[in-house]
Amino acid sequence: MSAISQAARASRSGAGGQTLTWPRWVAAVIAVAPTILWGAASIGLFAGIWEVLWAVGWADAKLLPPPHIFIGNIADQAKFFNTVNRWQIGAGQGGVPSSAAAVFYTILATTGRVFAGLVIASTLAVTIGVAIRYFRVFGRLTLPTITLLAPVSPIAWLPVAIFLFGIGNGPAVFMVVIALLFHMVLATINQIDNVNRNLINVARTMGASKRQTYMRVIVPAILPQLFVVLRFNLFAAWMVVLVAEATGVGYGLGQVIMLARNTFNPSLVFFTIALIGVLGFLFDFAMRLAQRKLLYWVPQGTAVLRGL
Amino acid sequence: MRPISSRNAVVCRDVAKVWAPGTPRAHEALRGIDLDIAPGEFVVLLGPSGCGKSTLLYLIAGLEDATGGGLWSFGDPVEKPSPERSLIFQEASLFPWLTVGQNVAFGLSIAGRPPAERAEIARQTLQRVGLSEAIDKRPDELSGGMRQRVAVARALAMQPKVLLMDEPFAALDVQTRAKMQDFLLDVWRVSGASVMFVTHHIDEAVALADRVVVFTARPGRIKTIVKVDLPRPRDPFSPEAEALRRHLTAQLQDEVDRAFAEQEALVAS
Ligand SMILES: Nc1ncnc2c1ncn2[C@@H]1O[C@H](COP(=O)(O)OP(=O)(O)OP(=O)(O)O)[C@@H](O)[C@H]1O
Ligand SMILES: [Mg+2]
Repeated sequence: MSAISQAARASRSGAGGQTLTWPRWVAAVIAVAPTILWGAASIGLFAGIWEVLWAVGWADAKLLPPPHIFIGNIADQAKFFNTVNRWQIGAGQGGVPSSAAAVFYTILATTGRVFAGLVIASTLAVTIGVAIRYFRVFGRLTLPTITLLAPVSPIAWLPVAIFLFGIGNGPAVFMVVIALLFHMVLATINQIDNVNRNLINVARTMGASKRQTYMRVIVPAILPQLFVVLRFNLFAAWMVVLVAEATGVGYGLGQVIMLARNTFNPSLVFFTIALIGVLGFLFDFAMRLAQRKLLYWVPQGTAVLRGL
Repeated sequence: MRPISSRNAVVCRDVAKVWAPGTPRAHEALRGIDLDIAPGEFVVLLGPSGCGKSTLLYLIAGLEDATGGGLWSFGDPVEKPSPERSLIFQEASLFPWLTVGQNVAFGLSIAGRPPAERAEIARQTLQRVGLSEAIDKRPDELSGGMRQRVAVARALAMQPKVLLMDEPFAALDVQTRAKMQDFLLDVWRVSGASVMFVTHHIDEAVALADRVVVFTARPGRIKTIVKVDLPRPRDPFSPEAEALRRHLTAQLQDEVDRAFAEQEALVAS
């Protein structure tokens, strides 16, 4: 038995047992420790290679500044995040926000757009996808167009976003929605078509109406896979939100990258990339937690693979 | 289709089924099926793979329409699925997002019965199948045999008059299957429902059936119906059971050979 499950068991058996018992948080820490250690090792490995390349003089500090340089002077980088000021967010505390606050608000703005886009896109996609299969005529009328639009790069929608929403949060959120919507509608339909026939037949023999069959069987049955599709599309959401911001429809991390490009500031570029990486990771982590809570019936993790 | 006077649990008259009729992929599955199932009768369907046994159950359940002939249940034509005729599959097909109790109560909640009544019926029904403790578990926490019992409980909760079972124990090991057969006979005796039970196992037919219906190779027709007059509980090693087994094996063997020959010809062409 592994130390982890022993710890978990010890924490579950609780106080009062004769055996050695560990507090719950110790067990929790021990449970996630390997993940954290491997993560640190992985990042450390690549950062280390980079640092070595710099130390031996192969990586030019002006073009490819290694981590200790671009992370080292956070205060220096953070002043560029003041683009936030233009939009009056966080500017209430007397003029220009502090550097840290500026970074925080910029991150908040970008993350908020991604999140809003994900929520809107997945709600719309499931609704449209289900409607396409539920109402025959609606499906016949909309599906060809959706299939046609799905392969169009979301970047192509950028002008439309600006025509429709001007500047600000609107176009950025719109871009995220557009990037996900068509694919997720198609994924929803595909999932509906692949719902286990027997589950549907059980519902039908129990006297379920079409509406009940959809609400009680088909929708819950497709949710787990759609969540996976959503997670896989997270990177697309991040990509378009940065593009939208970079083209000046708002402020945010994309804007900062653009600024870094225009002022030729590689340190700022890598600092922002690091931020985006961490954010993306946290986002995915949060979605996995949400998945565990919302889709409690889906088997978790890679335990089976580990046994190989 | 008009009602008929026969009060039999299931009446099939000259039933035919062609899949995808009128297309190049048209595929005749059943032809000229005449079959009457009495109330409370236990009928086992035997036949080579692909002869249309599952198809017949689908027709009786009302999930598919026959392309010829007619089907009735207790005098009324079968036109759509009904809780009176429950279908149980080889896989338990439980809803993974519901607890065992909620699975059992699924049909009741579809019918709009109040929660307290649903919970009570679910509790009683699970008790009948010996799974009272599992009521709050999730299906994937159960063994295959337990899951199949939950599926039976889910059907029983609707108090069906006909249980249609499509190789329900085929995925279970031999010992579990024997247990499940005993369990099914108990349930059947108490419920008074008719059972139509598809299997590939002649032993299972001998253990369970009042009558065994043997099908021909595709398109499925009824080759013969064998009445089993052995008292229950049955001794599988009695000379009568042995003779019955030999008879059914012989009946089935021709058809399995024919089905194989046909499949080989299909592959060759
Ligand atoms: N939904 C379907 N559409 C088209 N053809 C089908 C469909 N279901 C079954 N068939 C065909 O009908 C024939 C009878 O199939 P069925 O599943 O009823 O056989 P079966 O007797 O249950 O076989 P098995 O013992 O292998 O389960 C087969 O040739 C099969 O290919
Ligand atoms: Mg079958």
